[in-house]
Amino acid sequence: MSQPVMVSGTILAPSSTMATRWQYLDNVRRNSGPFTDPDVFDASEAAATNMEQINVFGAGGLGCEILKNLALSGFKKIHVIDMDTIDVSNLNRQFLFRQSDVGESKAEVAAKFVEKRVKGVSITPHNCKIQDKDEDFYMQFTLVICGLDSIEARRWINSTLVDLVDMNNPDSFKPLIDGGTEGFKGQSRVIYPTMTSCIECQLDMHAPRAAVPLCTLATIPRQPEHCIEWAHIMAWEQEKPFPKLDNDDPEHITWLYKKALARAAEFNITGVTYSLTQGVVKNIIPAIASTNAIIAASCCNEAFKIATNANPALGGEENYMMYSGNDSIYTYTFKHEKKDDCPVCGNMAKNLDVDPNLTLQEFIESLAARPEAQLKKPSIRAEGRTLYMQSPESLRLQTAPNLEKKVGDLVGNGDEIGVTDPSLGRVDFKFRLKFTSEFVKAETNGHAK
Amino acid sequence: MLKIWSMKQKQQQDANADAAAGTRKKKVTAAQLRVQKDLSELALPSTMKTEFPDPDDILYFNLTIEPDEGMYKGGRFHFTFAISQNFPHEAPKVKCTQKIYHPNIDLEGNVCLNILREDWKPVLNLNAIIVGLQFLFLEPNASDPLNKEAAEDLRSNREGFKRNVRSSMGGGTVKNQTFERVLK
Ligand SMILES: [Zn+2]
Repeated sequence: MSQPVMVSGTILAPSSTMATRWQYLDNVRRNSGPFTDPDVFDASEAAATNMEQINVFGAGGLGCEILKNLALSGFKKIHVIDMDTIDVSNLNRQFLFRQSDVGESKAEVAAKFVEKRVKGVSITPHNCKIQDKDEDFYMQFTLVICGLDSIEARRWINSTLVDLVDMNNPDSFKPLIDGGTEGFKGQSRVIYPTMTSCIECQLDMHAPRAAVPLCTLATIPRQPEHCIEWAHIMAWEQEKPFPKLDNDDPEHITWLYKKALARAAEFNITGVTYSLTQGVVKNIIPAIASTNAIIAASCCNEAFKIATNANPALGGEENYMMYSGNDSIYTYTFKHEKKDDCPVCGNMAKNLDVDPNLTLQEFIESLAARPEAQLKKPSIRAEGRTLYMQSPESLRLQTAPNLEKKVGDLVGNGDEIGVTDPSLGRVDFKFRLKFTSEFVKAETNGHAK
Repeated sequence: MLKIWSMKQKQQQDANADAAAGTRKKKVTAAQLRVQKDLSELALPSTMKTEFPDPDDILYFNLTIEPDEGMYKGGRFHFTFAISQNFPHEAPKVKCTQKIYHPNIDLEGNVCLNILREDWKPVLNLNAIIVGLQFLFLEPNASDPLNKEAAEDLRSNREGFKRNVRSSMGGGTVKNQTFERVLK
């Protein structure tokens, strides 16, 4: 925006009870502008001072910016959830943290810092996973902002908010504002759960992390990352040096680093370092402080507009703003269409192309790689037929023989399947199978069909 | 936000009109999908096992509990789960298939567990019920009795109750009732 916001009408003098700190903000709040929707704009004292309860996911690079911006935009009641503790490598951009905070909870330190600097704001920290909270917890908010680096967590909160919507209860409807950055690129988007394109609808905007085939890792590593992945996936599973891998435990990372280093030496590969090991194992995306600031600012402006109705917000007509600073600067705001067959917000099963001559095992493996699915541990059923269940154990054993069978032996062309995966949160996938080739039935009794 | 909500209501009316016009297709039922989801998230401890008479019918299964502590340690208890198409709006029907001496399970195998009846909510899942059942064997509860005599024994004479549990689990008789042998 190159022009300052102009407000029409006379700008009121601030009342004596209001600190001059909020004067400019309050002018925006109290005076409608040319784009303000008169149907919903409320300039009353109560509306101006009592901003809504808002929940922020993530107190990392984006989260620090978002918390600071919200507090300075007049939001009074904020909750923040982050399960991470502060690492020394965060201090270059996560400006609410100091050297002495290393090892402390991000959510708690960030909340305390902002509360101290901005009088009158209350920030409740939750040092836990977002999945640890139940629907009752999420019901108390009017708005949710995500500054997460994990697609899995975003999908979880997205499906939870979609699931909350109850037509008999307007309070069950919670707009979701999502920010994300990767290097010089980023996006901010607004989702009206069940109404507009959701995170699941937009999943194809995130390419899946390029995975190297296991056989490459096992036999012909070519890059330092391959050696690290090998140590991570194979050596660890085989040797189990500790009961459970903890990505934040330096001892565990050191073990992986040494394994990867030895493997790299064996294959004459250079470049395995401790920090690369950490980066590969934790899937760290390079973060640039200024990109975080730009995206967080955009998210918080949308939050302010949605909460106050002062100006039209992203979400209705246009719902997605992409920003790219890679090649000079480019931004584009558009409407991402809701998908009728979205497995989260749509009612219909999604079409899925499948070769009926694949075995069920091969089909399940392919689900992990498809950008539209990205499932890790799927369990699959058709109506009246259990194809494969990962759990409970007895059902897994009963259905495991199906893994060897061909898809075409188990289901017909056009059949619907239900896919569940613990990583999906409260929503499941429905797919309508579209066979991509003719099914060749295995020969039995010397007769080919 | 009011504006958005009224848009939402309008959209819903249009969607309902579409549904009435018969544009919806037959799909995997919500109940089946939800049960599938609950099952795929089950994390059973080694003291519990499921058994599906027909793996293609996940709405009906058996659960075996073998408590490894408490008064019922050493026993093996069988339950059936029957889930309706109304799940999760309706709780599963759970019954004990053996005649056992327990304050919260009657001689017909009905189970008194709050989340199986009054406190059932669709947000609860199969795991919650299974955990609840296991808890009944660790902490039989005299204040919510289905077998009043057993509950009375537990309340008035805990040591006597313990002896009754042991003898009933061995297939013995307690107060003229002969129980099924459930020892492993
Ligand atoms: Zn969607």
